[in-house]
Amino acid sequence: MTASEAAKKLKAKFGDLISGPAEFRGELTLKIADAERIVEVCRYAKNDLDFNYLVDISSVDNYGEDPRWTIVYHLRGFQHGGELRLKTDVSEEKSELPTVTTVWQTANWHEREIYDMMGIRFRGHPDLRRILMWEGYPYFPLRKDFPLAGKPSDLPGVAFSKPAPLEGGPFVTVAGVEDAIHREPRVRNPEE
Amino acid sequence: MATVQDIEIRDSAARAAQAAEELQDVQGEKMVLNMGPSHPATHGVLRIVLELDGEVITRADPDVGYLHRGDEKIAENMTYTQFIPYTDRLDYLAPLANNVAYALAVEKLLGIEKDLPPRCQYIRVMCAELARISAHLLGLGAFAMDLGAVTVFLLTFTEREKIYNLAEAICGARFTTSYTRIGGVMRDLPPGWLDQCRKFCDEFIPALNEVEVLLTRNRIWVDRVRGLAVISKGDAIDYGLSGPNLRGSGLEWDLRKNQPYLCYPDLAFDIPVGSVGDCYDRYLVRMEEMRQSVRILEQCIRKIPGGADNKTKEPVNVPDGKIVLPPKQNVMTKMEELIHQFMLVTEGVNCPPGEIYFGHENPKGELGFYINSRGGGTPYRMKIRAPSFVNLSIIPKIFPGCLVSDTVAILGSLDFVMGECDR
Repeated sequence: MTASEAAKKLKAKFGDLISGPAEFRGELTLKIADAERIVEVCRYAKNDLDFNYLVDISSVDNYGEDPRWTIVYHLRGFQHGGELRLKTDVSEEKSELPTVTTVWQTANWHEREIYDMMGIRFRGHPDLRRILMWEGYPYFPLRKDFPLAGKPSDLPGVAFSKPAPLEGGPFVTVAGVEDAIHREPRVRNPEE
Repeated sequence: MATVQDIEIRDSAARAAQAAEELQDVQGEKMVLNMGPSHPATHGVLRIVLELDGEVITRADPDVGYLHRGDEKIAENMTYTQFIPYTDRLDYLAPLANNVAYALAVEKLLGIEKDLPPRCQYIRVMCAELARISAHLLGLGAFAMDLGAVTVFLLTFTEREKIYNLAEAICGARFTTSYTRIGGVMRDLPPGWLDQCRKFCDEFIPALNEVEVLLTRNRIWVDRVRGLAVISKGDAIDYGLSGPNLRGSGLEWDLRKNQPYLCYPDLAFDIPVGSVGDCYDRYLVRMEEMRQSVRILEQCIRKIPGGADNKTKEPVNVPDGKIVLPPKQNVMTKMEELIHQFMLVTEGVNCPPGEIYFGHENPKGELGFYINSRGGGTPYRMKIRAPSFVNLSIIPKIFPGCLVSDTVAILGSLDFVMGECDR
């Protein structure tokens, strides 16, 4: 089974829930309209379409847009060698979606990382703690509104809590802006 | 005047009985032991909280993140080319392989991975395989040293030193190589490098045989690692393991074969797989992978277009001034090249909007880059799928039931590196 056949089967099974597939550089991306039903889709992909390997889960912060979060799942089937990408959006007010740890165990640490870095919660996760930052850290550093230099935070008596010395940093660029003047790497202050 | 005094000396059986009586209250009580983050057997800064019942581990909770530097955040704030040095610091035991993986990911986004000149592809394959040997040698040496076989460590490090010399010859740095560029490599191989590499291959196999003699049938080694921390094929897939750890559990999956990139389809090599999935199998898989890497290297030396001195002037970069920096000579003399140089340095390579995932067979497993681009010279979001991070997540599953002294063997066999795990 190729990825495009799998995409067709998923569409046939779930109908309007799934849009796409969008193809870019030979990779197929399916969009799932309702994040609440992600587990259902993943379980079907795993059990009936043999996507037995979850490569990765990523998150994207579409800052300034609504819905703000996009969660991206990379699926792979070892038997057929096909790969599929599933995407779903979550709004900022909600910032929560069901966990897929019940489908693949490996989702456990990926979801903890997303919670740690972006602050998106996974309902039903067995152990939703911070993983890379320390317990009690107040911010979510991969959000677009978190400055590159960092923010002061408490780790009492253990480490410094001032912003990193690159504040006002050298050669910081901005992604996705149209004109060259704004894209050019230059000194920028965190407030900008 | 002599006095007679009775002294009660109890035999060992009585002493044991008394000790058991005194320990009655603490029987069944569990002890929590903190291992790491600075512990020689955790190879970096991994911390594991172990819950022990006597010598037996009942629960293990790995704690990662001590080396977190925010690489993904950093990547969002610089051009694609500027991020190359940061990839050296992911799996810092195989920087060349990381460079290749990252360059290929960006090239996939640009859609030029098929246009890479053949010589560049061969050079990159050689870099990746040298990095694989180097990383496996360190993993093996540290694994054996943790179990008491210090000689192996000395042997493997002697060989690694030669790989560092090779790396130094191609890019000037032994450790932080930053050798690849988007659309090519920093520069062509220096004269005489292929001979140096051939000499390394010839000397390496006898050295590896020596290590093999010391370990593979060594009674102490086999007793310590065979049957330890068995990972079934199902668990390995469920927990997302990759690389030698996945193959050790018996699944024949190698991205070099299954999703071929660069010139791997032209090269003959085998994929070793384990049968049981214990620490011994993972060790054997790594041993064989090094032999296969040498096989690949020897083929590359024979087949590389242009040969040793590149007399036919085979290009090593994509012939596109909007992707690769033009030769300095032309920048100084020609207007168009000057513009290209200026745009590339200030804005970076102009990537189209879109998203890609590229997985590379790194020594530790599948190093993947998910790049979400909105156009321009910087990624909007770049997620690094680090194999060590995913491989370590199986610790809570395999540690319970093992002895404390087994932890070092299991950690050695998982062969992780924290720079990549914590990013």
